Amino acid sequence: MGIDIRLPLGILFLLLGSTLIVYGAVSDASLYRQSLGINVNLYWGVVLLAFGALMFTLSRRGARAEAQAKNIPQSPRSPGH
Amino acid sequence: MYAPSFVSADFCEKRVPHRNRIASGWKEPYRVTGIDWLILGLYFAFVLGIGVALKGSMKTSTDFFLAGRAIPAWVAGLAFMSANLGAQEVIGMGASGAKYGIATSHFYWIGAIPAMVFVGLFMMPFYYGSRARSVPEYLRLRFDEKTRGLNAISFAIMTIFSSGISMYAIAKLIQTLHVFDGVFQRLGLSSSWIFDFAILISAIVVLVYTFLGGLSSAIYNEVLQFFLIVAGFLPLSYLGLKNVGGWSGLKATLGPSYTHSWAGMSHANTNRLGVEWFGLAMGLGFVLSFGYWCTDFLVIQRAMAAKSMSAARRTPLIGAFPKMLFPFLVILPGLIAIALPTQPDVPLHARVVVSAQPPGRGIIPIKVDATSGQPMLDKDGKPQLDYDLAVPSMLLHYFPPGMLGLGLTALLASFMSGMAGNVTAFNTVWTYDIYQSYIRPGATDAHYLWMGRASTVFGIAFSIAAAYMANRFNNIMDMLQLVFAFVNAPLFATFLLGMFWKRTTGHAAFTGLLAGTAAAAIHHGLTLPAGAVVGIKGGWLAVTHLYPSEMAQNFWTAIYAWSTCFVVTIVVSLMTRAPEESKLVGLVYSLTPKPEEEPLAWYARPASLAIMVLAGTVLLNIIFW
Repeated sequence: MGIDIRLPLGILFLLLGSTLIVYGAVSDASLYRQSLGINVNLYWGVVLLAFGALMFTLSRRGARAEAQAKNIPQSPRSPGH
Repeated sequence: MYAPSFVSADFCEKRVPHRNRIASGWKEPYRVTGIDWLILGLYFAFVLGIGVALKGSMKTSTDFFLAGRAIPAWVAGLAFMSANLGAQEVIGMGASGAKYGIATSHFYWIGAIPAMVFVGLFMMPFYYGSRARSVPEYLRLRFDEKTRGLNAISFAIMTIFSSGISMYAIAKLIQTLHVFDGVFQRLGLSSSWIFDFAILISAIVVLVYTFLGGLSSAIYNEVLQFFLIVAGFLPLSYLGLKNVGGWSGLKATLGPSYTHSWAGMSHANTNRLGVEWFGLAMGLGFVLSFGYWCTDFLVIQRAMAAKSMSAARRTPLIGAFPKMLFPFLVILPGLIAIALPTQPDVPLHARVVVSAQPPGRGIIPIKVDATSGQPMLDKDGKPQLDYDLAVPSMLLHYFPPGMLGLGLTALLASFMSGMAGNVTAFNTVWTYDIYQSYIRPGATDAHYLWMGRASTVFGIAFSIAAAYMANRFNNIMDMLQLVFAFVNAPLFATFLLGMFWKRTTGHAAFTGLLAGTAAAAIHHGLTLPAGAVVGIKGGWLAVTHLYPSEMAQNFWTAIYAWSTCFVVTIVVSLMTRAPEESKLVGLVYSLTPKPEEEPLAWYARPASLAIMVLAGTVLLNIIFW
């Protein structure tokens, strides 16, 4: 039952990451005086995007593995065996 | 989240009642910009989306209250840790970091890790193996109806108040940070409604996702929240640490009393906590910590929802790894906030300086009396610092728009998960242990599922009432928290004897709990922390002993309560008829076959995880000695 939390987690962080990257790329450099001159939106956005991509990939792989696991026990029961 | 409130009880203290907080130590009315709203909006869409996605799979009461016992170990583990990471924790730990320094990490390293290891290795086989649906239900199986009733009713009341305090804290923070001020101004609404609006909106969001998806929804959102807190706070610690010249820079600025966790613990007067090592290790490390992590249904429920015995045992152990490292995310910002040069004029975007208050220390503002607008003074006549603003100040200090939205999202996520944790624990205990047991036994499962949803609604309604009570009558809340502390302190003695000594009887457990609670109250009534006034702080019977700090008094109250419960339970057990052994199989250590180990890689076995996390904790204690 339920859902594989890695999927919504992955999508949320892909969206958060890209939002921060875009904003970091277009925003004025003077904004970053308070963050010690580091464009934290851009750099941290990249990290969040990478994390989102990882979670998304893992959830896809998990879904494939589950689908395979479901198919194998079904085949012996199928008619003709 | 009542158990850790002994550290941050002053979170809700005396900022009440100021609905119209015009005079404030807070200098800049901050305007949340569009990009921040976008990030907040994304998060809320996912929170509610998870609830909607899970709605269809809530078919039985087990789906709703125990997530169908199908949660993977890592998800349950992160939820186990995050359910406790509510309002008092995130704001309170930062505040304590600024006040007490790195010694605050004792609340994690000895105040959580050993207990989390113990519950996973030794207690989970009985909780999960007995198939009890709640902690009070375990007490009925092991002891008797009255012990369950006592625990269920006190727990249900406590969760309502904890979730109310959580809600009050969110609303207060939203008000203090002026999150909605811009929107309210544009709509022409009075800003005095912001508190009510914040209460309403947080209640509705939590209601929607727990009503639809029950415990699964709460657990999945706790996982989202965990990663959001890391995402929001890790850059904060990084920027802050870089700014103050790293750990060595922090040590040079603050001095050894802030940057050592054990040095000076030989005597209460030589460390910032005001506690000696024995009181710390026994009171916090043993009684309070084991009492919370090993018996509180709020966290145990996450492990009971795990998909197998092995997953249930690994749940607290997996949670212990991030728990061990969290001081660097939630305590360190507090230390940095106090170490930064005191700047009366912080360069911030969209800032309007409205007050001419004397500066605080670091970037922490001073506490201002709401009615008079004057700084609040301590007993030496010096202005007090508003430590609860340490973490919010850090967010505003370092984060530009964008990251600030993420930081605020992390804060709100933690508040809501703390609240949802209480709500899901409440609806389960209410439905299974109170409604099904005393009000309407023998109804259909569909009826109890319906009652679960109904109790979610009235649980949240009661929480709202509690939030307003916290806002109006602060002293009542202080008193309630004190009573909860008395009720909780002896609990672990009962569970320890119940699980590991088959001779323990139901009458003894019940008498022991009452005696322990009475001992806590009497000890509190006879002692007083130095500098405190007789009353809510203690000494209301007679002052026979002065403790160097409130924390020391709390720890010793717990030690007396636990010891009394332990001794009384043993004595009464020996005086009453021994329980039938055949009824205790699966509930007591000596009568239960060892749990079968699933074939797991060596590093994923419960014992290996336990050794790794304990070794890591010892190492951290040595590094920050």
